[in-house]
Amino acid sequence: MFSLLRSMAITFLHLFSKRETIQYPEERVPLHPRWRGRIVLTRDPDMGERCVGCYLCAAACPVDCISLQATEDEQGRRYPEFFRINFSRCIFCGYCEEACPTYAIQLLPDFEMAEYNRQNLVYEKEDLLIDSQGKYPGYNYYKVAGVDSGIKPKGGGTNENPPVDIHQILP
Amino acid sequence: MAQIHIDKESYDVKNGKNLLETCLSLGYQLPYFCWHPALNSVGACRQCAIKVFKDEKDTRGRIVMACVEPVSDGLHLSVADPEASAFRSQNIEWLMTNHPHDCAVCDEGGSCHLQDMTVMTGHAYRRFQYPKRTHHNQYLGPLVHHEMNRCIQCYRCVRFYKDYAGGKDLDVFAAHDHVYFGRAKEGILESEFSGNLAEVCPTGVFTDKTLHTHYTRKWDLTMAPSVCQHCSLGCNIIAGERYGSLRSITNRYHEAVNGYFLCDRGRYGYEFVNHPSRIQHPNVRGRQVSGKELYTTLQDLLTSKNWIGVGSPRASLEANFALRKLVGDQNFYQGVSKVEADLLQRILHMTHSGQIHQPSLQEIEQADLVLILGEDPTHSAPRMALSIRQAVRNIPLQQTASTHIPAWHDVAQREYIQDTKGPLYIAYPVASKLDELASYTLHDHPDVLAAFGFDLAQAIGDDPLGDQNEPTLLRNIAEALLKAERPLIVTGTSLISHNILEAAWAIAMALKHQNKNASLSFILPSCNSAGLAYMEAEPLEVLMKSAKQNGISGAIVLENDLYRHYDALELDQFFESLEDIIVLDHLEQPTTAQATVTLPAATFAETSGTLVNNEGRVQSFYQVYMPKNEDIRPSWQWLTELYQIKIGLTPDLLYPSTPLLEELAASLPQFAGIGAHAPTFGLNGQKIPREPHRYSGRTAMLAHIAVSEPRPDQDELSPFSFTMEGSRGFPPPPLTPYYWSPGWNSNQALNKYQIEVGGALAGRHAEVNLFAMASTIPYPTKKGGVNQSQSVIQNATTHTFELLPITHIFGSEELSGYGDAISKLAPAPYFAINKQEASRLSLQPGVDIHLRIGKQTYPLTVQIGQELPAGCAAIPYNIPPLTGITWPAQGTLIPTTP
Ligand code: SF4
Ligand code: SF4
Ligand code: SF4
Ligand code: SF4
Ligand code: FES
Repeated sequence: MFSLLRSMAITFLHLFSKRETIQYPEERVPLHPRWRGRIVLTRDPDMGERCVGCYLCAAACPVDCISLQATEDEQGRRYPEFFRINFSRCIFCGYCEEACPTYAIQLLPDFEMAEYNRQNLVYEKEDLLIDSQGKYPGYNYYKVAGVDSGIKPKGGGTNENPPVDIHQILP
Repeated sequence: MAQIHIDKESYDVKNGKNLLETCLSLGYQLPYFCWHPALNSVGACRQCAIKVFKDEKDTRGRIVMACVEPVSDGLHLSVADPEASAFRSQNIEWLMTNHPHDCAVCDEGGSCHLQDMTVMTGHAYRRFQYPKRTHHNQYLGPLVHHEMNRCIQCYRCVRFYKDYAGGKDLDVFAAHDHVYFGRAKEGILESEFSGNLAEVCPTGVFTDKTLHTHYTRKWDLTMAPSVCQHCSLGCNIIAGERYGSLRSITNRYHEAVNGYFLCDRGRYGYEFVNHPSRIQHPNVRGRQVSGKELYTTLQDLLTSKNWIGVGSPRASLEANFALRKLVGDQNFYQGVSKVEADLLQRILHMTHSGQIHQPSLQEIEQADLVLILGEDPTHSAPRMALSIRQAVRNIPLQQTASTHIPAWHDVAQREYIQDTKGPLYIAYPVASKLDELASYTLHDHPDVLAAFGFDLAQAIGDDPLGDQNEPTLLRNIAEALLKAERPLIVTGTSLISHNILEAAWAIAMALKHQNKNASLSFILPSCNSAGLAYMEAEPLEVLMKSAKQNGISGAIVLENDLYRHYDALELDQFFESLEDIIVLDHLEQPTTAQATVTLPAATFAETSGTLVNNEGRVQSFYQVYMPKNEDIRPSWQWLTELYQIKIGLTPDLLYPSTPLLEELAASLPQFAGIGAHAPTFGLNGQKIPREPHRYSGRTAMLAHIAVSEPRPDQDELSPFSFTMEGSRGFPPPPLTPYYWSPGWNSNQALNKYQIEVGGALAGRHAEVNLFAMASTIPYPTKKGGVNQSQSVIQNATTHTFELLPITHIFGSEELSGYGDAISKLAPAPYFAINKQEASRLSLQPGVDIHLRIGKQTYPLTVQIGQELPAGCAAIPYNIPPLTGITWPAQGTLIPTTP
């Protein structure tokens, strides 16, 4: 009997405590920049596709919901021919972002992805690619990689010597 | 046996090995780069450092390279020693100072030995702050991709390409940390084994260029053990698929067959599987038909006519047998010409007599004398040429036995023997690549070659003191053959000559009579030529005759382009005389163009089957993936369904394939025991997964079609599953779909599958060899009597030439020839004659001519082949448009009006 009354009293007191509920969508929770929500593919500073189709995100994904095919343009720059994320499977763990060597795939603080039709949760590259560098501005993988893919010539990257002249044997 | 102590553990190990292979065989994780089990040691990379101690009490020890240190009794060594591990990790750090930041775009990634070794040594962060050296790349042709920045200077590539495979055009340039591995000038790599560079190079410098066009990581491939379909040797391969297309072929180790290497036809020939002209749907008289309608049509057809079946030397035993069962054994024919069938019948009789041993490729590598009669293995059985290249080193290598040079010390051995070579004799109409190694070559008409063989047999049989009248050359070769301990004779069907086969047999028998056990290796036309020949059916000539006589109105052609075996005009007429022709094949080709009904047949990657190779070895290839289009079905399944339709049953889709083999063994006694050749596998009912455990994208790859994942394809027939679930142990070798072991993602995980590194695979059970079931009916030895004057066109005044079919590695084999990369390398159709003949007819090399063969005319380009005999012309064998010829053939030049 006593505990019953006590419970009622506590419940009553809650009427006067601070409200946790907010009036979504008019009002929104502040999300931190590293909050793991909607996944996007970003672009490099030159607005080229950042993803190089290395398949690491797909391999890291614990639910295997990323699927892509790498291809190359005439210059030898590799990019994904298609890139698909099945968000009805994604658990927003962020492993893909962690695995990505190019900062291409990023999780953004946005969770408003609900759909009435589950099929609409399958995102293709066109749905994922944004016109921004996302959280990591200034990085272009092809500038630091060794390959020549039309971004910089052989030996023209950061911390690279010009290509060797193989006909000289001087030390 | 020696006892060694590694980190205080004692082991009994084999003498005569180096410490690296010994440690690896014992399961130690010791990183290495330059050592390769087939290429042995050079000590170039300094990666395999360990510490050896003077004795038990020595605590200081000294760091040595394990790959150049022999096993010795009572040796104390340490792999785990902190100084040795630090050395290994620093060494990798040094190698990595110039390494590009490329893994994400590097095709080696995920199967990279350098990645594996770097992780193994624990080097994780780059401390070197200075600029990296860079290199330009070269265009190396359609097969191999070059990205020189990734090189760690281990020298494996040139050691394989130049020293092992005899290539001339890949070398080391420049000096010190600038060394460059490439060609003097950009251009197509000349070696037929260049594709192995992708597997030999421990980094991503050399990678598979065809894989590059549809790149997939190793962990994403669905893989199955398979057998190469592009020549009669039956090299073991791993075939990998992704998104419904075949992506790559890599080597599957077989200690007795291909070892560590494949030829380029085998590695790149797979592209036909993804070809745009694959037949996708059943087609009846130009209309795509399916489902019930197809069945009623087929039922009508099957019950209303007399059918004959035409088998194929490139289809599996199962498919051929299913056809034989459908049409009845009287109505089953080999889809090859009479000459080819005869040649094979002779070979089977020879092998079945049990008189002469048929060597495996590994035994060929051990031969100390090689005589090639009427074959150019580089083109007709390429992997064998690689074995022969090793065999010629055996005699010089024997000399190193008296020195202290250990067998694994590659540099020292090569220094010691320099360019000396063991005996190799080659008799072939035109110059061949192996000629450079030969002690004697004979280029002439096949009958002259055969006559040479018979003379040689005679010389061997003679009194060893010798007939003084005999030419000394013949005498010398005969003596060398008699002196050799493991002489090997290579012959085959390429020149389509009975005499050549008989001559080779005569030599082997002559040696046998002198108590020498020679081995005799036959090169056959196709991957299952032996299997088809074993079915003992009649050839095309008989088929056409009996079709006319017996009022046959329909033919079922199995996976065969008959125009590659027989005269085009006669075939046209034959097809015209039939009311209905059902053709089952993978691609649109001239025979399917004649068909009234085409049925899409699954390729080797889409179904399982069994082949018999040139040494009688029975091997199975396993289905890699389910064709995405349900209309594409295995031929054996189509034919079994047709059989069921014919006898009035409802077609049962899941007709198992093993009973077909067992049925075959039951109905043809020569196949007895064949059903037992494939190991069965079941660990608590678990299957072997075709997909590695890190396979990605399962829940997304089909999500664009429907978000609910479909049930994975089920495989009732094989020991494999189409998923990543199942037993993760070490399956028996014929059932190993890929090599992987913790920490070993590259193909070098193979070490873990071998009983001893570089040796046999663990768990192999006895294989079935059809040739071994000898019938003991001796094969008669002919004594020669080749009448040269009759067969060689002596009259060098006409425009008519006897044609010699010259087999080419790229183009002569049908299926590989459809591939993009290989078709680029196939020679343009040529007409080769010697200079005298050319000037007689005032033909310049490079001139286009027209040649009439039978009733057909072919446009060809003149080439000079100086070694060709007068009256003979060489043309490439079965390279389009040079098909539709019945061999042996003659050709007449047609004057062209300019
Ligand atoms: S990890 Fe990054 S670069 Fe690699 S495929 Fe995924 S998104 Fe592209
Ligand atoms: S060779 Fe290996 S380590 Fe080097 S970039 Fe390629 S995958 Fe990475
Ligand atoms: S190219 Fe490859 S095999 Fe050749 S030296 Fe460099 S890393 Fe070694
Ligand atoms: S040698 Fe023959 S079986 Fe071996 S890989 Fe080459 S084509 Fe295939
Ligand atoms: S593997 Fe021993 S030095 Fe290279």
